[in-house]
Amino acid sequence: MCSGRVDIAHLFRAFSNRMDGVFIGGCRLKECNYVTHGNYHALNLVQLSRRIMEHIGLNPDRLSIEFMSSGEGNLFARVVDEFVETIRSAGPIGVSEGINQETLSLNLKAVTKLIPYLRLVESERLRGHFETLDQFKAFYASEEFERLFKDLVADRLAIGQIITLLQEKPLSTGDLSEILGLSPSDISKHLNNTAKQGLVKYQEDEKRFALAGVE
Amino acid sequence: MEGKAGNFKVKLRKKPRYIREDKCTGCTVCTEYCPVQYPDEFNQDISNNKAIHIYYSQAIPLITYIDENCLYLKEEKCRICEAVCQNEAIDFNQSEEIMDINVGAVILAPGYEEFDPRLREDFGAGRYENVITSMDYERLTDSTGPYEGHVLRPSDLKPPQKIAWIQCVGSRQVNPEGGNSYCSSVCCTYTQKQVIITKEHNPEAECTVFHNDIRSYGKDFERFYQRAEELPDVRFFRSYVSVTGQDPVTKNIIVKYTTFDEGVKEEEFDLVVLSVGLNPPPNSEGLAQKFGLELNEHGFCKTNPANPVETNRPGFYVSGALQGPLDIPESVVTASSAGSQCGELLNYRRGDLSVERVYPPEKDVSAEEPRIGVFVCHCGANIGRIVDVPSTVDYALTLPDVVYAQEQLFSCATNCAEEITDMIKEKELNRVIVAACSPRTLEMLFRDTLREAGLNQYYYEMANIREHCSWVHPKQKEEADQKAKDILRMAVARARHLEPLEEIDLPVDKRALVVGGGVAGMTCALSIAEHGHHVYLVERDNELGGTARKVHETLEGLDVQAFLKDLIERAYRHPLVHVYTGAEITASAGYIGNFTTTIQSQRGPAEIKHGATVIATGADVYTPTEYLYGEDERVMTHLELEEKIAAGDEAITGAESVAMIQCVGCRNEDRNYCSRICCNESVKNALKLKENNPDMDVYILFRDMRTYGYNEDYYREAAGKGVTFIRYEPEQEPQVEPGKEEGREVLKITLPDYVLQKNMEINADFIALAAAVVPSAGTREVENQFKVGLNPDGFFKEAHVKLRPVEFAAEGVYLCGLAHYPKLISETVSQAYGAAGRVLTLLANDIVTASGAICEVNENKCVSCGACIDACAYGAIEFQETEAGVMAAVNPVLCKGDGLCNAVCPTGAIQLKHFTDEELLSQIDAAVPEKAAAESKGIAI
Repeated sequence: MCSGRVDIAHLFRAFSNRMDGVFIGGCRLKECNYVTHGNYHALNLVQLSRRIMEHIGLNPDRLSIEFMSSGEGNLFARVVDEFVETIRSAGPIGVSEGINQETLSLNLKAVTKLIPYLRLVESERLRGHFETLDQFKAFYASEEFERLFKDLVADRLAIGQIITLLQEKPLSTGDLSEILGLSPSDISKHLNNTAKQGLVKYQEDEKRFALAGVE
Repeated sequence: MEGKAGNFKVKLRKKPRYIREDKCTGCTVCTEYCPVQYPDEFNQDISNNKAIHIYYSQAIPLITYIDENCLYLKEEKCRICEAVCQNEAIDFNQSEEIMDINVGAVILAPGYEEFDPRLREDFGAGRYENVITSMDYERLTDSTGPYEGHVLRPSDLKPPQKIAWIQCVGSRQVNPEGGNSYCSSVCCTYTQKQVIITKEHNPEAECTVFHNDIRSYGKDFERFYQRAEELPDVRFFRSYVSVTGQDPVTKNIIVKYTTFDEGVKEEEFDLVVLSVGLNPPPNSEGLAQKFGLELNEHGFCKTNPANPVETNRPGFYVSGALQGPLDIPESVVTASSAGSQCGELLNYRRGDLSVERVYPPEKDVSAEEPRIGVFVCHCGANIGRIVDVPSTVDYALTLPDVVYAQEQLFSCATNCAEEITDMIKEKELNRVIVAACSPRTLEMLFRDTLREAGLNQYYYEMANIREHCSWVHPKQKEEADQKAKDILRMAVARARHLEPLEEIDLPVDKRALVVGGGVAGMTCALSIAEHGHHVYLVERDNELGGTARKVHETLEGLDVQAFLKDLIERAYRHPLVHVYTGAEITASAGYIGNFTTTIQSQRGPAEIKHGATVIATGADVYTPTEYLYGEDERVMTHLELEEKIAAGDEAITGAESVAMIQCVGCRNEDRNYCSRICCNESVKNALKLKENNPDMDVYILFRDMRTYGYNEDYYREAAGKGVTFIRYEPEQEPQVEPGKEEGREVLKITLPDYVLQKNMEINADFIALAAAVVPSAGTREVENQFKVGLNPDGFFKEAHVKLRPVEFAAEGVYLCGLAHYPKLISETVSQAYGAAGRVLTLLANDIVTASGAICEVNENKCVSCGACIDACAYGAIEFQETEAGVMAAVNPVLCKGDGLCNAVCPTGAIQLKHFTDEELLSQIDAAVPEKAAAESKGIAI
């Protein structure tokens, strides 16, 4: 199994289980003993996942990847020590970020629901093809990536969150805006789009939105 | 040693290790307790080691030995190691053993020794603490080195900021101080590697490399050099240097060098690294005497110029640096080459000593409920003194589906492995977990243990509580205890989902196809045929020979045409070599062991079935557009010059002046690589011209002379015979125009003289251009037909530059010769034998076995998006028609089990068996003990 086998589902399952940190160790970049260079896949996955974590209010440093060879036990020990220190100072997941457990669960559920889509969009649209770590970091910090992220991930995630919330009970635009920390206009935009797709409907009398088909 | 090729009787003296090899598990508790500290030879005596120790962290076997520093061996004291070894592996009663063995062939691979710079006065080695060798530096940068990868200088153990490397120490020099006249071939590139590593460790470091020519002649080396050179605060400086002293207070080293514009300068460095060259191995003379081998004038083994692995004594072959300075890829190639040549010699006895292993029939337990057995290993004291093993065993018994658990002192010891086999039978276990060390060391052994008990080997799971637990938490006993339980719980969770997997046996077609009938293709084909396999040798041209047809003599004086004639005759005569000339490949399909290729040749169409394929399609010579080539017939390529000299063209041999211009069409933006052979070619032509007419003015206009290895001697000879070498920079290339000099029609070459800092003019009757070696015209076709890769320069790309230099990533396909990269004829021959060696390791088998841990598609879930197909670097997945429509399907032979496809499949339809989502997610879930969820945790898989 190559580090490129690590799946976005694995990462978010760990966070959903309230793990405080996840560390991935891969072979040294450009030193693949095969021809696959799967560690670059893992690097992309980590960068995207960190951005998603940031988006849902989690400290992205809870996810880390480092590259080393089997002969570098000392390096492994050092980076793990550093990671443990990072996680210790970050504290328990959600708590130190000031997100309540319900919101955290909601957000992680929304991400989990989106995973099949994220797998596709990561491999098709968001993957950087570079050689060095610095180039990767630059790409994931670039405006181009931010634009792609907003168009391809952020909006869908918000819709996922809205639908997850509406599964519980009907809510107003104001309720949703408060729970999700998004502006009422953004919420309206998402609600309109999902209403057009027939996923949600507006309950005139209650002045609330509910899932279509749920009375 | 007595006897002759095919039957040698060898007497070997085996020094005592004082360790029972079958008992030692490499746990190194003895090393910890050993009281004797002395300088560690492996770490260049910089740090200390113990008298009982493992030689280094990747030694094979990974077990200890006791050396002469032992107190007991010296004074009959101590024996602490005996007391602490719980496996009774120490044996001070061992004594020297004399072994008589019978062998058919001998391969000599004693390696090399670094040049000792203390022989030279001018670099301060041995006098100043902060002057060290490149091997010292190599160990300092290594994470298993003296300071765990921190580079600290000797005088004050502080990290040096300003470091200088001095090149060619002990190489390329003729002096009475023990230097070697040859070029050591590897130092330029290893220094660049050290510079890059230094900058990775410490981006602020200032690195200066004082060099002569930069010899980046290897594949991808030119880019590597550029990568090093372009780093900030890295200077490559061309100058002879000397170390003139050290600062008495700071112990900084003072280096003196010369510049064109500022004359002689002195500069201080925190550390000076001497890039020492390669010497013959110690006692090469003794070895040569004992075996009746001839050495060359440099003290390395003398080998056949047409076959650098063959010695003067039949049955003796040389692998690696005993034949002269070699880089790692070439060393690996010669090893494979020596193997192939031994095989030719001993083919008549193939398989005589092999024994087949028979396992009991496998029980089908897939319908049973999991019955997991857990074996927790103490690893002597390695695990046991940190982790509470008995309580871990008790804990195991509380886990779901665990029906049996016990502790073991050393699970890997033969008696313990037998115990596991017995317990599997007695307790009817159908899953086994050994909680011990890393799967890297022992997973294979325990899988075998399961097979011995009639269980499918994929029912085995390993919980690493040594490297991941006891070794890293020696001071956190309680937490380590808890962690061992966490790791075990996760292993149990996964084991419950393990499935029996089948390994696929595929028959191997014993025939080979060799594409390309040049020196590489013919040599390779003949070697394979000598092992009794049919070989189809396919050549595009109407005759065999390839590029070598244009070469008449090598620098060492090998008559290439006579050599080639013999090779061609042997290829045609060999009953198992089937030659197809004027041939074109129309299609090729299949996989390792089972290929089908169709060709069209002078003999008509043919379909060839073969188990292995060798690509030896050669290379072409660049047709220059520079320097009036094609416009003025006095301008020719280096090979054309060679042909004219060989033909005795009087215009050439009688010329007053001939100039050669190097690096034409390469080492530039279009072709960012060095063609490797051209410096040698031009020196060869220059020497021939001078031999015919010592009065002729011969000029070689070069950027870096890259006459690596022994060929440096010919460069020196040429300079000694009056050939004028003039260096130019790519920014100011020589200018050529027709002109007249005292009424004589000449070609006028203008270029800057950097020493005199003005332009100079050369009048030449003829100009020979060292035109680049470029990928052969048919490369792209071959790439598509055989599904192999190319490097950025368009040469074929091997599976791994160092570890698998003659194989493609596509299994069953191999490469050699110029198709891989430009190289000398001797190197081509070596590589051709090397490729044959790899082919034979495949064709020697009746079957190839594909792993069971490969990917599989669940057709009910597949949405035919093709994401997996894009993710697979092996081309193992393709769309296939099924009853339910087009679905992705995995070819189990091509799949290597990396699982990249899993991570991109939107529906989870494709799963890597043995690492399925179910298995991995259950492990992730089990990382959280329900009650402790609020505590801070990390997970490890």
